Amino acid sequence: MPLRLLKYALNREYKEPRFFRDCQTPKETYDAVIIGGGGHGLAAAYYLAKDHGITNVAVLEKGYIGGGNTGRNTTIVRSNYLTPDGVNFYDASVKLFEGLSEELDINLFYSNRGHFTLAHTESAMRTMRWRAEVNKHVGVKSRVVGTDEISMACPQLDISCSGKAPIQGALYHEPGSIARHDAVAWGYARGADSQGVEIFQNTEVQSIDVRDGKVHGVQTNRGYIKTGKVLSAVAGFTPRICKMVGLQTPIVIHPLQACVTEPMKPWLDTILVSGSLHVYVSQSSRGELVMGASLDPYEFHSTRSTFDFVEGLTSHIADMFPFLSNVKVVRQWAGMADMTPDFAPIMGKTPIEGFYLDAGWGTWGFKATPISGKTMAATMANDKAHDLIHSFRLSRFEDYELTGEKGAASVGH
Amino acid sequence: MKLLNCPINGVRPVSEFIFGGEFREMPDPSKATDSDWAAYVFYRDNAPGVKKEWWFHSPSGTWFIAERNTATDEVLATYLFGKKPAESTV
Repeated sequence: MPLRLLKYALNREYKEPRFFRDCQTPKETYDAVIIGGGGHGLAAAYYLAKDHGITNVAVLEKGYIGGGNTGRNTTIVRSNYLTPDGVNFYDASVKLFEGLSEELDINLFYSNRGHFTLAHTESAMRTMRWRAEVNKHVGVKSRVVGTDEISMACPQLDISCSGKAPIQGALYHEPGSIARHDAVAWGYARGADSQGVEIFQNTEVQSIDVRDGKVHGVQTNRGYIKTGKVLSAVAGFTPRICKMVGLQTPIVIHPLQACVTEPMKPWLDTILVSGSLHVYVSQSSRGELVMGASLDPYEFHSTRSTFDFVEGLTSHIADMFPFLSNVKVVRQWAGMADMTPDFAPIMGKTPIEGFYLDAGWGTWGFKATPISGKTMAATMANDKAHDLIHSFRLSRFEDYELTGEKGAASVGH
Repeated sequence: MKLLNCPINGVRPVSEFIFGGEFREMPDPSKATDSDWAAYVFYRDNAPGVKKEWWFHSPSGTWFIAERNTATDEVLATYLFGKKPAESTV
Protein backbone atom coordinates (compact mmCIF):
# COMPACT_ATOMS: atom_id res chain seq x y z
CA MET A 1 0.00 0.00 0.00
CA PRO A 2 1.41 3.42 -0.88
CA LEU A 3 2.29 5.51 2.17
CA ARG A 4 0.12 8.33 0.85
CA LEU A 5 -2.94 6.11 1.09
CA LEU A 6 -2.07 5.13 4.68
CA LYS A 7 -1.73 8.81 5.55
CA TYR A 8 -5.25 9.45 4.29
CA ALA A 9 -6.58 6.46 6.18
CA LEU A 10 -5.35 7.98 9.44
CA ASN A 11 -6.53 11.49 8.61
CA ARG A 12 -10.04 12.74 9.33
CA GLU A 13 -10.08 14.77 6.13
CA TYR A 14 -9.50 13.38 2.66
CA LYS A 15 -7.15 15.92 1.16
CA GLU A 16 -6.69 14.43 -2.30
CA PRO A 17 -8.12 16.99 -4.72
CA ARG A 18 -11.24 16.00 -6.66
CA PHE A 19 -10.83 15.36 -10.38
CA PHE A 20 -13.54 17.88 -11.12
CA ARG A 21 -15.81 20.17 -9.16
CA ASP A 22 -19.09 18.82 -7.83
CA CYS A 23 -21.40 21.12 -9.85
CA GLN A 24 -25.04 21.16 -8.71
CA THR A 25 -26.74 24.32 -9.99
CA PRO A 26 -26.29 25.26 -13.64
CA LYS A 27 -25.89 28.88 -14.68
CA GLU A 28 -28.63 30.56 -16.70
CA THR A 29 -26.65 30.63 -19.95
CA TYR A 30 -23.79 28.70 -21.52
CA ASP A 31 -21.99 29.25 -24.82
CA ALA A 32 -22.31 25.53 -25.47
CA VAL A 33 -24.03 22.57 -23.82
CA ILE A 34 -22.75 19.04 -24.34
CA ILE A 35 -25.19 16.21 -23.71
CA GLY A 36 -23.34 13.09 -22.60
CA GLY A 37 -20.41 12.89 -20.17
CA GLY A 38 -18.61 10.02 -21.84
CA GLY A 39 -15.18 10.17 -23.42
CA HIS A 40 -16.46 11.88 -26.57
CA GLY A 41 -18.47 14.60 -24.82
CA LEU A 42 -15.74 15.35 -22.28
CA ALA A 43 -13.07 15.40 -24.98
CA ALA A 44 -15.16 17.87 -27.00
CA ALA A 45 -15.48 20.07 -23.90
CA TYR A 46 -11.74 19.84 -23.26
CA TYR A 47 -10.79 20.85 -26.82
CA LEU A 48 -13.45 23.59 -26.94
CA ALA A 49 -11.66 25.18 -23.99
CA LYS A 50 -8.09 24.36 -25.00
CA ASP A 51 -8.12 24.91 -28.77
CA HIS A 52 -10.84 27.53 -29.10
CA GLY A 53 -10.94 29.36 -25.76
CA ILE A 54 -14.65 28.53 -25.28
CA THR A 55 -14.81 27.78 -21.55
CA ASN A 56 -18.41 28.70 -20.68
CA VAL A 57 -19.50 25.13 -21.37
CA ALA A 58 -21.73 22.69 -19.47
CA VAL A 59 -21.47 18.91 -19.84
CA LEU A 60 -24.74 17.20 -18.84
CA GLU A 61 -24.53 13.54 -17.88
CA LYS A 62 -27.62 11.51 -17.00
CA GLY A 63 -25.67 9.04 -14.84
CA TYR A 64 -22.00 9.28 -13.89
CA ILE A 65 -19.16 10.16 -16.25
CA GLY A 66 -17.74 7.38 -18.38
CA GLY A 67 -20.54 5.02 -17.30
CA GLY A 68 -21.94 4.40 -20.78
CA ASN A 69 -20.12 2.93 -23.73
CA THR A 70 -16.86 4.61 -22.66
CA GLY A 71 -16.72 2.14 -19.76
CA ARG A 72 -18.20 -0.82 -21.69
CA ASN A 73 -15.92 -1.23 -24.71
CA THR A 74 -12.95 -3.59 -25.04
CA THR A 75 -10.49 -0.64 -25.11
CA ILE A 76 -8.82 -1.40 -28.46
CA VAL A 77 -7.21 1.50 -30.34
CA ARG A 78 -6.29 0.98 -34.01
CA SER A 79 -6.42 2.72 -37.37
CA ASN A 80 -6.33 -0.17 -39.89
CA TYR A 81 -9.52 0.86 -41.64
CA LEU A 82 -10.62 0.33 -45.22
CA THR A 83 -11.35 3.76 -46.71
CA PRO A 84 -8.69 6.50 -46.90
CA ASP A 85 -11.05 8.88 -45.05
CA GLY A 86 -11.47 6.37 -42.23
CA VAL A 87 -7.75 5.54 -42.03
CA ASN A 88 -6.76 9.24 -41.90
CA PHE A 89 -9.34 9.97 -39.20
CA TYR A 90 -8.46 7.04 -36.91
CA ASP A 91 -4.73 7.53 -37.50
CA ALA A 92 -5.07 11.10 -36.19
CA SER A 93 -6.77 9.58 -33.14
CA VAL A 94 -4.00 7.03 -32.53
CA LYS A 95 -1.43 9.86 -32.71
CA LEU A 96 -3.37 11.89 -30.12
CA PHE A 97 -3.69 8.79 -27.90
CA GLU A 98 0.08 8.26 -27.96
CA GLY A 99 0.69 11.63 -26.27
CA LEU A 100 -2.46 11.72 -24.18
CA SER A 101 -1.16 10.37 -20.85
CA GLU A 102 1.35 13.21 -20.77
CA GLU A 103 -1.08 15.86 -21.97
CA LEU A 104 -3.78 14.94 -19.43
CA ASP A 105 -1.26 14.03 -16.71
CA ILE A 106 -2.93 10.72 -15.98
CA ASN A 107 -1.64 7.21 -16.57
CA LEU A 108 -3.91 5.78 -19.27
CA PHE A 109 -1.96 2.47 -19.26
CA TYR A 110 -1.69 3.01 -23.01
CA SER A 111 -0.11 -0.23 -24.08
CA ASN A 112 1.09 -0.78 -27.64
CA ARG A 113 0.47 -4.47 -28.36
CA GLY A 114 0.27 -4.96 -32.11
CA HIS A 115 -3.05 -6.07 -33.60
CA PHE A 116 -3.71 -9.19 -35.69
CA THR A 117 -6.92 -9.46 -37.70
CA LEU A 118 -7.04 -13.17 -38.49
CA ALA A 119 -8.26 -14.37 -41.88
CA HIS A 120 -9.70 -17.87 -42.17
CA THR A 121 -10.78 -17.78 -45.82
CA GLU A 122 -9.39 -16.65 -49.15
CA SER A 123 -11.99 -13.86 -49.38
CA ALA A 124 -11.00 -12.61 -45.92
CA MET A 125 -7.35 -12.61 -47.06
CA ARG A 126 -8.39 -10.48 -50.02
CA THR A 127 -9.93 -7.88 -47.68
CA MET A 128 -6.76 -7.94 -45.55
CA ARG A 129 -4.59 -7.24 -48.62
CA TRP A 130 -6.94 -4.43 -49.59
CA ARG A 131 -6.80 -2.88 -46.12
CA ALA A 132 -3.01 -3.27 -45.98
CA GLU A 133 -2.59 -1.43 -49.29
CA VAL A 134 -4.95 1.42 -48.30
CA ASN A 135 -3.18 1.71 -44.93
CA LYS A 136 0.29 1.78 -46.49
CA HIS A 137 -0.84 4.36 -49.02
CA VAL A 138 -1.96 6.67 -46.22
CA GLY A 139 1.19 5.95 -44.19
CA VAL A 140 -0.24 3.62 -41.53
CA LYS A 141 1.81 0.58 -40.54
CA SER A 142 -0.22 -2.45 -41.62
CA ARG A 143 0.87 -5.49 -43.57
CA VAL A 144 -0.34 -8.97 -44.42
CA VAL A 145 1.49 -11.73 -42.54
CA GLY A 146 1.55 -15.52 -42.81
CA THR A 147 0.77 -18.10 -40.16
CA ASP A 148 4.48 -18.42 -39.20
CA GLU A 149 4.56 -14.81 -38.03
CA ILE A 150 1.26 -15.20 -36.16
CA SER A 151 2.60 -18.30 -34.38
CA MET A 152 5.78 -16.46 -33.47
CA ALA A 153 3.80 -13.61 -31.90
CA CYS A 154 1.27 -15.90 -30.20
CA PRO A 155 2.53 -19.49 -29.86
CA GLN A 156 -0.51 -20.44 -27.75
CA LEU A 157 -2.88 -19.94 -30.68
CA ASP A 158 -4.13 -23.10 -32.41
CA ILE A 159 -3.60 -22.10 -36.06
CA SER A 160 -6.15 -24.71 -37.20
CA CYS A 161 -8.72 -23.37 -34.69
CA SER A 162 -9.52 -26.95 -33.61
CA GLY A 163 -9.79 -27.88 -37.28
CA LYS A 164 -12.91 -25.82 -37.75
CA ALA A 165 -11.57 -22.69 -39.42
CA PRO A 166 -7.83 -22.92 -40.18
CA ILE A 167 -6.10 -19.54 -40.15
CA GLN A 168 -4.59 -18.59 -43.52
CA GLY A 169 -2.93 -15.33 -42.55
CA ALA A 170 -3.64 -12.01 -40.92
CA LEU A 171 -3.51 -8.26 -41.24
CA TYR A 172 -0.86 -7.11 -38.76
CA HIS A 173 -1.26 -3.55 -37.53
CA GLU A 174 1.73 -2.44 -35.48
CA PRO A 175 0.17 0.62 -33.73
CA GLY A 176 -2.74 -1.45 -32.33
CA SER A 177 -3.02 -0.72 -28.59
CA ILE A 178 -5.22 -0.96 -25.54
CA ALA A 179 -5.84 1.73 -22.89
CA ARG A 180 -7.66 2.16 -19.59
CA HIS A 181 -10.95 3.49 -20.90
CA ASP A 182 -12.40 5.09 -17.76
CA ALA A 183 -9.13 6.97 -17.22
CA VAL A 184 -9.63 8.57 -20.64
CA ALA A 185 -12.99 9.97 -19.52
CA TRP A 186 -11.63 11.07 -16.13
CA GLY A 187 -8.54 12.64 -17.66
CA TYR A 188 -10.58 14.69 -20.11
CA ALA A 189 -13.03 15.61 -17.32
CA ARG A 190 -10.23 16.98 -15.16
CA GLY A 191 -8.64 18.77 -18.13
CA ALA A 192 -11.95 20.39 -19.10
CA ASP A 193 -12.90 21.28 -15.52
CA SER A 194 -9.55 22.95 -14.80
CA GLN A 195 -10.19 25.27 -17.75
CA GLY A 196 -13.64 26.27 -16.48
CA VAL A 197 -15.99 23.72 -18.04
CA GLU A 198 -18.77 22.64 -15.64
CA ILE A 199 -19.67 18.95 -15.44
CA PHE A 200 -23.12 18.04 -14.12
CA GLN A 201 -23.69 14.40 -13.22
CA ASN A 202 -27.16 12.96 -12.56
CA THR A 203 -28.48 15.60 -14.93
CA GLU A 204 -30.93 14.44 -17.55
CA VAL A 205 -31.98 16.43 -20.60
CA GLN A 206 -35.78 16.27 -20.77
CA SER A 207 -36.37 18.34 -23.89
CA ILE A 208 -34.54 20.62 -26.29
CA ASP A 209 -35.97 24.03 -27.08
CA VAL A 210 -35.97 24.38 -30.89
CA ARG A 211 -37.76 27.34 -32.47
CA ASP A 212 -37.60 28.42 -36.12
CA GLY A 213 -35.12 25.63 -36.87
CA LYS A 214 -32.67 26.89 -34.28
CA VAL A 215 -31.61 25.68 -30.82
CA HIS A 216 -32.44 28.08 -27.96
CA GLY A 217 -31.85 25.95 -24.87
CA VAL A 218 -32.33 22.66 -23.07
CA GLN A 219 -34.71 21.66 -20.28
CA THR A 220 -33.09 19.48 -17.62
CA ASN A 221 -34.08 18.07 -14.25
CA ARG A 222 -31.97 20.91 -12.80
CA GLY A 223 -33.89 23.59 -14.69
CA TYR A 224 -33.81 25.37 -18.04
CA ILE A 225 -30.43 26.28 -19.59
CA LYS A 226 -30.15 28.89 -22.35
CA THR A 227 -27.66 28.09 -25.09
CA GLY A 228 -27.28 28.46 -28.84
CA LYS A 229 -25.13 25.37 -29.32
CA VAL A 230 -25.91 21.81 -28.26
CA LEU A 231 -23.76 18.77 -28.96
CA SER A 232 -25.35 15.34 -28.63
CA ALA A 233 -22.65 12.77 -27.74
CA VAL A 234 -24.83 10.05 -26.27
CA ALA A 235 -24.12 6.92 -28.35
CA GLY A 236 -27.00 4.49 -27.68
CA PHE A 237 -29.34 7.27 -26.57
CA THR A 238 -28.96 9.23 -29.83
CA PRO A 239 -32.40 8.33 -31.25
CA ARG A 240 -34.07 9.59 -28.05
CA ILE A 241 -32.19 12.92 -28.19
CA CYS A 242 -32.81 13.27 -31.93
CA LYS A 243 -36.52 12.69 -31.35
CA MET A 244 -36.52 15.74 -29.04
CA VAL A 245 -35.47 17.93 -31.98
CA GLY A 246 -37.50 16.04 -34.59
CA LEU A 247 -34.49 14.73 -36.47
CA GLN A 248 -34.47 11.35 -38.19
CA THR A 249 -31.25 9.38 -38.68
CA PRO A 250 -30.30 5.93 -40.00
CA ILE A 251 -29.11 4.88 -36.53
CA VAL A 252 -30.37 1.54 -35.18
CA ILE A 253 -29.58 0.43 -31.62
CA HIS A 254 -28.26 -3.09 -31.06
CA PRO A 255 -26.80 -4.37 -27.78
CA LEU A 256 -23.10 -5.23 -27.93
CA GLN A 257 -21.81 -7.58 -25.26
CA ALA A 258 -18.40 -8.24 -23.74
CA CYS A 259 -16.91 -10.20 -20.84
CA VAL A 260 -13.70 -10.80 -18.90
CA THR A 261 -12.12 -13.95 -17.49
CA GLU A 262 -10.48 -14.38 -14.13
CA PRO A 263 -6.95 -12.85 -14.03
CA MET A 264 -4.04 -14.91 -15.29
CA LYS A 265 -0.28 -14.47 -15.50
CA PRO A 266 0.61 -12.43 -18.58
CA TRP A 267 0.77 -14.67 -21.67
CA LEU A 268 -1.04 -12.77 -24.43
CA ASP A 269 0.76 -9.61 -25.44
CA THR A 270 -0.97 -9.00 -28.77
CA ILE A 271 -4.55 -8.15 -29.68
CA LEU A 272 -6.26 -10.87 -31.72
CA VAL A 273 -9.40 -10.41 -33.79
CA SER A 274 -11.24 -12.97 -35.86
CA GLY A 275 -14.11 -11.86 -38.04
CA SER A 276 -15.08 -15.42 -38.94
CA LEU A 277 -15.15 -16.64 -35.33
CA HIS A 278 -16.73 -13.36 -34.12
CA VAL A 279 -14.10 -12.79 -31.44
CA TYR A 280 -11.70 -10.13 -30.29
CA VAL A 281 -9.44 -10.72 -27.33
CA SER A 282 -6.61 -9.03 -25.46
CA GLN A 283 -5.13 -9.39 -21.98
CA SER A 284 -5.55 -6.39 -19.71
CA SER A 285 -2.86 -5.06 -17.42
CA ARG A 286 -4.74 -6.79 -14.58
CA GLY A 287 -4.33 -10.14 -16.34
CA GLU A 288 -7.95 -10.66 -17.34
CA LEU A 289 -8.75 -11.65 -20.89
CA VAL A 290 -11.04 -8.95 -22.25
CA MET A 291 -13.28 -10.49 -24.89
CA GLY A 292 -16.03 -9.28 -27.15
CA ALA A 293 -18.15 -10.67 -29.95
CA SER A 294 -20.51 -9.42 -32.61
CA LEU A 295 -23.69 -7.43 -32.10
CA ASP A 296 -26.85 -8.93 -30.74
CA PRO A 297 -28.94 -9.90 -33.77
CA TYR A 298 -31.81 -7.44 -33.48
CA GLU A 299 -32.68 -3.91 -32.39
CA PHE A 300 -33.09 -3.58 -28.62
CA HIS A 301 -32.66 -0.59 -26.31
CA SER A 302 -31.22 -2.31 -23.26
CA THR A 303 -27.95 -3.22 -21.58
CA ARG A 304 -29.01 -6.71 -20.51
CA SER A 305 -26.58 -9.61 -20.94
CA THR A 306 -27.43 -13.05 -22.26
CA PHE A 307 -26.20 -16.59 -21.71
CA ASP A 308 -26.24 -17.17 -25.49
CA PHE A 309 -23.48 -14.61 -25.82
CA VAL A 310 -21.03 -16.17 -23.34
CA GLU A 311 -21.81 -19.63 -24.62
CA GLY A 312 -21.08 -18.67 -28.24
CA LEU A 313 -18.05 -16.54 -27.47
CA THR A 314 -16.34 -19.01 -25.15
CA SER A 315 -16.79 -21.88 -27.59
CA HIS A 316 -14.93 -19.85 -30.22
CA ILE A 317 -12.24 -18.80 -27.74
CA ALA A 318 -11.77 -22.48 -26.85
CA ASP A 319 -11.35 -23.27 -30.58
CA MET A 320 -8.52 -20.72 -30.76
CA PHE A 321 -7.00 -21.50 -27.35
CA PRO A 322 -8.01 -25.02 -26.24
CA PHE A 323 -5.97 -24.67 -23.01
CA LEU A 324 -8.39 -21.95 -21.80
CA SER A 325 -11.27 -24.40 -21.45
CA ASN A 326 -10.96 -24.42 -17.64
CA VAL A 327 -10.67 -20.65 -17.25
CA LYS A 328 -13.72 -18.95 -15.79
CA VAL A 329 -15.62 -15.97 -17.11
CA VAL A 330 -16.13 -13.70 -14.11
CA ARG A 331 -18.06 -10.74 -15.51
CA GLN A 332 -20.17 -9.86 -18.53
CA TRP A 333 -22.00 -6.72 -19.58
CA ALA A 334 -23.55 -4.95 -22.57
CA GLY A 335 -23.68 -1.52 -24.11
CA MET A 336 -26.09 0.00 -26.60
CA ALA A 337 -24.31 0.35 -29.94
CA ASP A 338 -25.66 3.03 -32.29
CA MET A 339 -25.14 1.31 -35.64
CA THR A 340 -25.10 3.03 -39.02
CA PRO A 341 -25.63 1.36 -42.42
CA ASP A 342 -22.05 2.03 -43.60
CA PHE A 343 -20.23 1.36 -40.30
CA ALA A 344 -18.95 4.94 -40.08
CA PRO A 345 -19.96 7.62 -37.57
CA ILE A 346 -22.37 10.50 -38.10
CA MET A 347 -20.60 13.70 -37.10
CA GLY A 348 -21.00 17.41 -37.61
CA LYS A 349 -23.80 19.83 -38.35
CA THR A 350 -27.47 18.97 -38.77
CA PRO A 351 -30.39 20.72 -40.49
CA ILE A 352 -31.16 22.30 -37.08
CA GLU A 353 -29.01 25.37 -36.49
CA GLY A 354 -26.89 24.96 -33.36
CA PHE A 355 -27.58 21.22 -32.99
CA TYR A 356 -24.47 19.11 -33.57
CA LEU A 357 -24.26 15.34 -33.70
CA ASP A 358 -21.43 13.08 -32.58
CA ALA A 359 -23.13 9.73 -33.05
CA GLY A 360 -23.25 6.49 -34.96
CA TRP A 361 -20.30 5.15 -33.00
CA GLY A 362 -21.62 1.60 -33.06
CA THR A 363 -18.80 -0.75 -32.20
CA TRP A 364 -15.91 1.60 -33.08
CA GLY A 365 -16.21 4.63 -30.79
CA PHE A 366 -13.57 4.33 -28.05
CA LYS A 367 -10.57 4.50 -30.38
CA ALA A 368 -11.91 7.76 -31.84
CA THR A 369 -12.37 9.54 -28.50
CA PRO A 370 -9.54 12.13 -28.83
CA ILE A 371 -10.04 12.95 -32.51
CA SER A 372 -13.83 13.10 -32.30
CA GLY A 373 -13.50 15.55 -29.39
CA LYS A 374 -11.02 17.66 -31.32
CA THR A 375 -12.95 17.72 -34.59
CA MET A 376 -16.36 18.27 -32.96
CA ALA A 377 -14.93 21.14 -30.89
CA ALA A 378 -13.60 22.73 -34.10
CA THR A 379 -16.94 22.13 -35.83
CA MET A 380 -18.86 23.79 -32.99
CA ALA A 381 -16.46 26.72 -32.62
CA ASN A 382 -16.44 27.57 -36.35
CA ASP A 383 -19.95 26.31 -37.17
CA LYS A 384 -18.33 24.48 -40.07
CA ALA A 385 -17.47 20.78 -40.30
CA HIS A 386 -13.80 19.99 -39.72
CA ASP A 387 -12.10 18.67 -42.88
CA LEU A 388 -11.42 15.24 -41.31
CA ILE A 389 -15.13 14.57 -40.70
CA HIS A 390 -16.62 15.89 -43.95
CA SER A 391 -17.33 12.37 -45.23
CA PHE A 392 -19.08 11.44 -41.95
CA ARG A 393 -21.79 14.13 -42.27
CA LEU A 394 -25.45 13.21 -41.71
CA SER A 395 -26.41 14.42 -45.21
CA ARG A 396 -24.21 11.75 -46.85
CA PHE A 397 -27.23 9.45 -46.82
CA GLU A 398 -29.48 11.72 -48.88
CA ASP A 399 -26.45 12.47 -51.11
CA TYR A 400 -26.01 8.68 -51.56
CA GLU A 401 -22.33 9.04 -50.61
CA LEU A 402 -21.98 6.30 -48.01
CA THR A 403 -18.46 5.51 -46.81
CA GLY A 404 -18.20 1.72 -47.18
CA GLU A 405 -16.29 1.01 -43.97
CA LYS A 406 -18.04 -2.26 -43.19
CA GLY A 407 -15.11 -4.49 -44.19
CA ALA A 408 -12.95 -2.89 -41.49
CA ALA A 409 -15.34 -3.53 -38.61
CA SER A 410 -13.90 -6.22 -36.36
CA VAL A 411 -16.74 -8.67 -36.31
CA GLY A 412 -19.97 -6.80 -36.94
CA HIS A 413 -20.87 -8.54 -40.18
CA MET B 1 -36.92 -12.88 -25.90
CA LYS B 2 -36.22 -16.57 -26.41
CA LEU B 3 -39.23 -17.64 -28.46
CA LEU B 4 -41.10 -16.07 -31.33
CA ASN B 5 -44.45 -17.06 -32.80
CA CYS B 6 -44.17 -17.65 -36.54
CA PRO B 7 -47.62 -17.20 -38.13
CA ILE B 8 -47.08 -20.39 -40.21
CA ASN B 9 -44.99 -22.65 -37.94
CA GLY B 10 -46.04 -21.58 -34.46
CA VAL B 11 -43.73 -20.89 -31.52
CA ARG B 12 -40.07 -21.48 -32.41
CA PRO B 13 -36.70 -20.60 -30.78
CA VAL B 14 -35.63 -17.07 -31.65
CA SER B 15 -32.33 -18.40 -33.07
CA GLU B 16 -34.36 -19.60 -36.09
CA PHE B 17 -35.39 -16.03 -36.94
CA ILE B 18 -33.66 -13.13 -38.64
CA PHE B 19 -34.50 -9.51 -37.86
CA GLY B 20 -35.47 -7.60 -41.00
CA GLY B 21 -35.72 -4.07 -39.65
CA GLU B 22 -38.58 -1.68 -39.12
CA PHE B 23 -41.53 -1.93 -41.51
CA ARG B 24 -41.62 1.03 -43.91
CA GLU B 25 -44.25 2.04 -46.46
CA MET B 26 -42.42 2.03 -49.79
CA PRO B 27 -43.01 5.09 -51.93
CA ASP B 28 -43.70 4.51 -55.64
CA PRO B 29 -40.16 4.19 -57.09
CA SER B 30 -41.18 5.75 -60.39
CA LYS B 31 -42.59 8.86 -58.71
CA ALA B 32 -40.43 9.26 -55.58
CA THR B 33 -37.78 12.00 -55.55
CA ASP B 34 -34.22 11.14 -54.49
CA SER B 35 -34.81 12.62 -51.05
CA ASP B 36 -38.10 10.70 -50.59
CA TRP B 37 -36.22 7.54 -51.45
CA ALA B 38 -33.37 8.38 -49.03
CA ALA B 39 -35.95 8.97 -46.31
CA TYR B 40 -37.52 5.58 -47.05
CA VAL B 41 -34.20 3.71 -47.13
CA PHE B 42 -32.35 5.45 -44.29
CA TYR B 43 -34.23 7.86 -42.08
CA ARG B 44 -36.34 6.73 -39.11
CA ASP B 45 -36.80 7.87 -35.54
CA ASN B 46 -35.73 4.54 -33.98
CA ALA B 47 -36.40 5.72 -30.46
CA PRO B 48 -37.53 2.84 -28.20
CA GLY B 49 -41.20 1.92 -28.27
CA VAL B 50 -43.69 -0.40 -29.97
CA LYS B 51 -42.53 -0.91 -33.56
CA LYS B 52 -43.83 -2.79 -36.56
CA GLU B 53 -40.97 -4.93 -37.87
CA TRP B 54 -40.11 -7.44 -40.56
CA TRP B 55 -38.94 -10.83 -39.29
CA PHE B 56 -37.89 -13.92 -41.27
CA HIS B 57 -38.29 -17.54 -40.19
CA SER B 58 -35.18 -18.96 -41.81
CA PRO B 59 -35.91 -22.74 -41.93
CA SER B 60 -39.25 -22.22 -43.69
CA GLY B 61 -38.46 -19.02 -45.60
CA THR B 62 -41.39 -17.11 -44.10
CA TRP B 63 -41.35 -13.31 -43.98
CA PHE B 64 -43.87 -11.84 -41.55
CA ILE B 65 -44.65 -8.78 -39.43
CA ALA B 66 -44.04 -8.59 -35.66
CA GLU B 67 -45.24 -5.81 -33.41
CA ARG B 68 -42.56 -5.55 -30.74
CA ASN B 69 -41.66 -3.16 -27.95
CA THR B 70 -37.98 -2.36 -28.61
CA ALA B 71 -37.50 -1.11 -25.03
CA THR B 72 -38.77 -4.24 -23.25
CA ASP B 73 -38.45 -6.88 -26.01
CA GLU B 74 -42.12 -7.91 -25.62
CA VAL B 75 -43.80 -9.14 -28.80
CA LEU B 76 -47.42 -8.01 -28.98
CA ALA B 77 -48.45 -9.71 -32.21
CA THR B 78 -47.08 -11.56 -35.24
CA TYR B 79 -48.93 -11.96 -38.53
CA LEU B 80 -48.35 -12.33 -42.26
CA PHE B 81 -48.06 -9.12 -44.26
CA GLY B 82 -51.51 -7.76 -45.09
CA LYS B 83 -53.26 -10.03 -42.55
CA LYS B 84 -53.22 -7.68 -39.60
CA PRO B 85 -55.54 -8.85 -36.81
CA ALA B 86 -58.42 -6.54 -35.93
CA GLU B 87 -57.26 -5.91 -32.31
CA SER B 88 -53.81 -4.67 -33.44
CA THR B 89 -52.98 -1.13 -32.37
CA VAL B 90 -49.83 -0.21 -34.30
